[in-house]
Amino acid sequence: MARSLIKVSPNPRRGEVIEIKTLISHEMETGFRHTSTGAAIPRDIITSFVATYNGEEIFAAQLFPAIAANPFITFYTIARESGVLEFRWTGDNGYAASEQVKITVE
Amino acid sequence: MGESTRVNDRAGAGWPSTRREVMKSAGALGLGSLLPPLSVRPAAAMPAGLKAAMAAVIGDAKLNIGRVKLEIPPLVENGNTVACAVAVESPMTETDYVKAIHIFNEKNPQPNVISINLGPRAGRAAIATRIRLSDSQTVTAVAQMSDGSFWSTSVDVLITLGACLEDPL
Amino acid sequence: MTRAAGVPSALGFAGAGRRAAMRPRALGLAALAGTLAAPSLAADIPPNERRSAYESMSAASKAMQDDDTANPGMLWVLDGEALWRRRDGERARACADCHGEAAQSMRGVAARYPAFDAKRAAAIDLEGRINLCRVEQQQGPALKPESKELLALSAYVARQSRGLPIESNDPRLQPTIEAGRALFERRQGQLNLACAHCHDEHWGQKLAGNAIPQGHPTGYPLYRLEWQGLGSLQRRLRNCMIGMRAESYAFDSPEFIALETYLMWRARGLSVESPAVRP
Repeated sequence: MARSLIKVSPNPRRGEVIEIKTLISHEMETGFRHTSTGAAIPRDIITSFVATYNGEEIFAAQLFPAIAANPFITFYTIARESGVLEFRWTGDNGYAASEQVKITVE
Repeated sequence: MGESTRVNDRAGAGWPSTRREVMKSAGALGLGSLLPPLSVRPAAAMPAGLKAAMAAVIGDAKLNIGRVKLEIPPLVENGNTVACAVAVESPMTETDYVKAIHIFNEKNPQPNVISINLGPRAGRAAIATRIRLSDSQTVTAVAQMSDGSFWSTSVDVLITLGACLEDPL
Repeated sequence: MTRAAGVPSALGFAGAGRRAAMRPRALGLAALAGTLAAPSLAADIPPNERRSAYESMSAASKAMQDDDTANPGMLWVLDGEALWRRRDGERARACADCHGEAAQSMRGVAARYPAFDAKRAAAIDLEGRINLCRVEQQQGPALKPESKELLALSAYVARQSRGLPIESNDPRLQPTIEAGRALFERRQGQLNLACAHCHDEHWGQKLAGNAIPQGHPTGYPLYRLEWQGLGSLQRRLRNCMIGMRAESYAFDSPEFIALETYLMWRARGLSVESPAVRP
């Protein structure tokens, strides 16, 4: 059930610095835990989060096990032109998720 | 690191943790998020893993103190999910901007928390996220500027744990 | 004896209305168990002193609950919305087929659950009601306790009551409420402790650095930082009982239903916060 929540400042003016909030569902298993019988639980985390704005990268983050479950990342960008913001999460075991949000700049 | 190797699956944070009691309650409760920036711990006092992780980013460049604001609640209810915000003073123009922000921790099994690439398009060099802290410890944020300089600040965080034990479901 | 003058209440709770003769500032569970008398039946927290644990959370946790984009519980609500519309079971029916838009049809529902199910002549909680519909109307298998799907659906339904006051005024629930109250006030486990000892007699005081809440289930299912996931009231009660070193009741047992019913009655008047965030 890969689900994400994105919030972008609505209808920004051209040149305005806008806030982008992102939340994605993921357990972020650290790889440091063990079962009650002592077996190691392998790491399974999101390792990378990239945001693009009409194809151009505006934000990139490398995530480590110290990022809390259901990773929440807030960042900023300058509202330049209308178009599409795309968010891509990739991680261990071939994990990949993406979300697109239209942005209308006045 | 001197950390106990007792694994506490119950905490769900994924690494050994010790139960802590809040020693100073009145002062710590209800504080706003910002403490004055501490100097980065002297190299001799840092765990080896943290030193290596920071060296991988900074190399032998000088680490300046300042320009970076690291906001973490000084007293945390649960180390599994700790609000963490970083803001760096910078005009964020084409010629003067923050290239990268790195967050490090002192006592988790791994010293890195997150590494972020930015550019002039960001408009503001600020991010917020939620991190895991296995125990009360120092968190350090390092900003890498477009002119090659490094700036940093650190914050001490106290972690409390609930009174009642959990069991894995 | 009332609390010593000049000792600040970390939560700003009024000092009046609380029992217990001794008020040590920090209590160990074991020390607590040894010094307490049996809780009185008239230990109800007066309506104007009833508080949700939300009020004693840190600013960061409150912010996490208040912001729908930051609240991980909303991820389950989104999943629940998709499940609400999904055709399923032998009859290939969706919840939406009978109930329409949840925002209208489910408004107020979670605020008055557990409810009395006349057909079975017993109290039933929200998850039980969802499963009844699933089995009898959709004709599909019941959803397991704490499964992603059941949590998503109950989160979605409960979300529709957010902001509404909890109600409990069905006279048919009285016997269940009394049974729940008896369980709440019963000493149990290795510490010989009753729920009421902490949550009626010492709410607001500190235990290992954290404030003891009154224990109102205003925000279930909720995202607990300790779980790093969403869980039901029964899961939380189970954790409480294990924490008290008592043997927990089974999921969906009559004991848990009675406790849930009593706790919601005890919380009447407080607003639903689902899906809440708690440490």
